[in-house]
Amino acid sequence: MSADLLFLKRRIINAVALLLSAAAALLGLFFLAWILWTTLSKGIAAFNVALFTQMTPPPGEAGGLANALFGSVMMCLLAVLIGTPIGIAAGTFVAEYANRHWVGATIRFVNDILLSAPSIVLGLFVYTLVVRPMGGFSGFAGVIALAFIVLPVVVRTTDDMLKLVPAQMREAALSLGIPQWKVTLQILYRAAAPGIVTGVLLALARISGETAPLLFTALNNQYWSADLSEPIASAPVVIFQYAMSPFEDWHALAWAGAFLITVFVLVLSLFARLVLLRKRVPND
Amino acid sequence: MLRTLKSKLFVAALAFTACGIAPAADVVGAGSTFVYPVMAKWSADYRAATQTRINYQAIGSGGGIAQIKARTVDFGASDKPLDAAELAAANLVQFPLVIGGVVPVVNVAGVAPGSIRFNGTVLGDIFLGKIKRWNDAAIVALNPGLNLPDQAITVVHRSDGSGTTFNFTNYLSKVNAEWKTKAGEGITVRWPVGIGGKGNEGVAAYVKQIKGGIGYVELTYALQSKMSYALMQNAAGEFVAPNEETFQAAADSAEWDKAQDFNLVITNAPGAKAWPIAATVFVMMNKQPKNADNAKAALAYFDWVFANGAKQASALHYVSLPAKVQAQAKAHWSTALKY
Amino acid sequence: MQETLIAAAERRASRDARHDRRFRWMLAGAGVFVLLALGGAALSMLWGGREAFATFGLDFVTSATWDPIGQQFGAWVPIYGTLVTAAIAMLIAIPVSFGIALFLTEVAPTWLRTPIGTAIELLAGIPSIIYGMWGLFVFVPMLAEHVYPWVDANLGQWPLIGSLFAGPPLGIGTLTAGLVLAIMVVPFISSVMRDVFLTVPTRLKESAYALGSTRWEVVWDVVLPYTRSAVIGGIFLGLGRALGETMAVTFVLGNAHELSTSLLMPGNSIAATIANEFAEADTDLYRSSLIALGFLLFVVTFIVLALAKLMLRQLAKREGR
Repeated sequence: MSADLLFLKRRIINAVALLLSAAAALLGLFFLAWILWTTLSKGIAAFNVALFTQMTPPPGEAGGLANALFGSVMMCLLAVLIGTPIGIAAGTFVAEYANRHWVGATIRFVNDILLSAPSIVLGLFVYTLVVRPMGGFSGFAGVIALAFIVLPVVVRTTDDMLKLVPAQMREAALSLGIPQWKVTLQILYRAAAPGIVTGVLLALARISGETAPLLFTALNNQYWSADLSEPIASAPVVIFQYAMSPFEDWHALAWAGAFLITVFVLVLSLFARLVLLRKRVPND
Repeated sequence: MLRTLKSKLFVAALAFTACGIAPAADVVGAGSTFVYPVMAKWSADYRAATQTRINYQAIGSGGGIAQIKARTVDFGASDKPLDAAELAAANLVQFPLVIGGVVPVVNVAGVAPGSIRFNGTVLGDIFLGKIKRWNDAAIVALNPGLNLPDQAITVVHRSDGSGTTFNFTNYLSKVNAEWKTKAGEGITVRWPVGIGGKGNEGVAAYVKQIKGGIGYVELTYALQSKMSYALMQNAAGEFVAPNEETFQAAADSAEWDKAQDFNLVITNAPGAKAWPIAATVFVMMNKQPKNADNAKAALAYFDWVFANGAKQASALHYVSLPAKVQAQAKAHWSTALKY
Repeated sequence: MQETLIAAAERRASRDARHDRRFRWMLAGAGVFVLLALGGAALSMLWGGREAFATFGLDFVTSATWDPIGQQFGAWVPIYGTLVTAAIAMLIAIPVSFGIALFLTEVAPTWLRTPIGTAIELLAGIPSIIYGMWGLFVFVPMLAEHVYPWVDANLGQWPLIGSLFAGPPLGIGTLTAGLVLAIMVVPFISSVMRDVFLTVPTRLKESAYALGSTRWEVVWDVVLPYTRSAVIGGIFLGLGRALGETMAVTFVLGNAHELSTSLLMPGNSIAATIANEFAEADTDLYRSSLIALGFLLFVVTFIVLALAKLMLRQLAKREGR
C-alpha cells in the first residue's frame, strides 16, 4: 500500500518536473520569439540591398550599414583569433597541469573575476593601455578590448570541459608512452572539442553585440575604413547611436542591424553544429 | 552566404580604397551627442564637395573634452563651454558652432503641443517637487483657458550626464532661486524628485508612457515623437514657442563680444523673441595638435560649415550662428591657432 | 644494433620530454597572461580611482550620497543595486536554465533537441543594447500596464516581504532589471548545463534507470551530482554577466541614486552608473569616483566568488571528498 503510494508520489514528482522543464524551454523560446519579432518588425523598413552595400547615412538620407558590418566582422574575428588560443592554452594549463595546485586555483579564481568585469571597465583599461600611448582611437584597440572579453569565457569552458574528460582516457594514453603534449592535443582536445567550441561561440556571440568596450577604443567611423590603425565603424556602436537618435530612418537601421547580428550568430552556431555533428566522438 | 557577403564587402573595400584620394588619415572629432545628427549631415556633404573625410562620433560632451585634452582626437565638441583658465591649462581654443534648444514636454490629457505655458518659477517648482498636481493654482494662473486635470505630476529627467541637462538646469538656476540652492546646475544634478531616462530617447519614452509626466528634451525629439511641448515666458516677459526664430533671437541677443573665449551660456537671453532655454555647441581644438594637417583640415571644414551649413542645420531644427558671431569665431581661431 | 635502438629510444624520450617542457611553458605563459590581464585591469582601476578613495575613504563604500554638484560620492546605492539585480536574475535564471537543460537532454524528442537548443543559445547572441531597447519600448510598458499593478495590489499587501513589492507601477526599476538580466543569462547557464549533462557516461544513467529510477530521479541524483562543479561553473558564467551587464540594465533600471526597499522603484547599478556618467564626467574627482566604482565591482565579484568557493568546499567536505 505505502509502496504504491510512494511509487505514485515519485511518478507525480517526475511528471511535474518534466512538465516544468518543458515550460522552461517554452519560456525561453517565447522571449526569443518576442525579441526577434520586435527587432524584425521595427527594422523591416531598412531591409534591402542597400543595407549591405551602402555606408551609414546622415539623417534623412538613404543608406545602409556596410561599413559597420564589415568593421564588426573584422574586429570580432580578429578578437576571437587572438583570444581563443591564449584562452585554450590557459584553460588547459589550469585543468591539466595545475588542477589541484594553488596556482591553478588562483588563475581559475582570477579568471572568474575577469569574466564578470563589466565590458566598459575593460574598455577603459584598453583605453589607458593602447589608445593613450598610441595617441588615438584605433580598430586595433577595439580588437584587444574584445579579445579581453573572449579570453575568460574560453578559459572557463576549456577548463570545465577538460575536467569532464574521463581520467581513464588520459591514463590509457599516457601508459602507451605518448607524451603529454600529444595526449592533450590529440586526445583530450578531441573529446572536449564540442564544449570548447560552444565556449568560443558564446564568446563570439557576446562580443558581436558589445558596445561599451568599443566606444572608447575603436570609436566609430561614418565612412568605410579597413585600416586597423584608424577608428573603425562597428555595428553595435552604430546601433547605439542610431537608436538614441530622434530620427525614424535611423531607428529602422538600428533595429535592422540588431536583427542582422542575431541572424549572424544563428548562422554561425548552426554551421558550427553541423561541423561538430560530423566529427562527434561518443563518450563511452 | 557569409562568404559571399564577405567577398562582396571586400570588393567594396577595394573599390573604396581605389577611389580614395583624400588625406592619409580621417579627421577625427568626438564629443556632444546633441550635435551628432547635423555633424553627420555636414560631414557627408563636405565629403561630397571636397573628398575630405571628417569622422565625428558622439561620445558625450565630457568625453569630447577629455579626448581633446588627451589629444586623441583632432577636435572636440561640447554643449558646455570651458572657462578661460581651464582652456589655458589644457592649451585649448574654443569657439561656438551651432545653436539648438531644449523644450519642456508634458503628457496631460487634452493638452496639445504648444498650448500649455510655463515660466521659470513654475517650471523650477515642478522639478523641485513643490508643485505636485496639474491643477495647482500656479499652473492654472498661467493657463486660464486650459482644462487641467487633478492628476499627479511625475517628473522625468536624464539619468546620464548630458549637455541638455546642463542647459536646462542652468536656466532653472538663473530664474528660480530655490532651484539654485537645492539642485544647482550641471551635466547631472541631485534631482529632488522624479525618475531618470537614458538619453533624450529615454526621457521621451517615459513621458509618453507615464500619464501626468513632464520632462525636457531637445526640440527635434519633441517634434519627431509629436509630444506636447510647452511655451515659455522669456526674460522679456513674452511667451514664446520653441522654433528656429526664437532660437535665432536668443543667439542674436546674447552678448558674445563680452564673453572671453566665448564662455557664454545663452539661456534666459534678453531678446523679446528669445527662447529662454537655447543651447550652444562649442568646438575645442588643441593649440599644439598631434597632427597639424588634420587640425588645419578641421578648420577648413568649420569654415565651410559656417558658409554652407545653414540649410542642413535648419532642416534638422538647429540654427546656424548669427553672421557677426561667425565672424568673431573665425577671427578668434585665426589669431589663436597657428598651424 | 641493440645499442642504436636504445639510443634511438632515449633520443625520442628526451625529445618528447623537451616538447613536453616547451608545451608546458607555453600553457603556463598563457595562464600567467590571464593573471596579468586581471591584475593590470584591477590595478589600473585602483590607480584611476585613488583620488576618490583618498578623498572619501571608507565613506565611498558606505555612503549613499551621490552628488556630482557638491562633489560628494558614495557608492552604496549602486553596490546594493548590483547585488540585488544579480540576485533576482540568478533566482529566476538558475531553475529555468536547469529546466531547459533537463528538457534538452532527457525530455524532448531527439529531433527537437538541436533546434530548440540552438534557439535558446541565440538569446545569448542578441546584443545587450537590444535587450535594453526591447526592455524599454516593449517589455516595460507591458509590465507597467498588466503586471505591476497586480503585483502592487496583491504581493504588496503581504506581511514582511510586502514592502518589496509595493510601489507605483512605473514599469522600470530593480525588478525589471532583474527580469531582463535573467533572460540574458539563461542561455549562458543552460547551454553549459546541457553540454555537461551530455558528458555523463550513458552507463551511469542506464544503471540508475535499471534500478527503476524515474527520469527526474536520474537527473537529480545521478546527472547533477556527477556534473556539479561544471554546472556551478556555468552558473558563475551567468552570474558574471549579470554582475557586469551594462547596456541592458541602463535602459530599464531607472538610474536613481536613491535607496528604496521596493523592487518596483528605480535603482542603480555599478556598471550602469559608469556607463551613464563616465562620458560626461567633468571633474577629476568625479571621473576618479567612477573608475573607483569599476574597481569596487572587482571587489564585489571577488567577495561573491570567494563565498561561492567556500560553499563548494564545505559541500565537498561533507561528502567526504
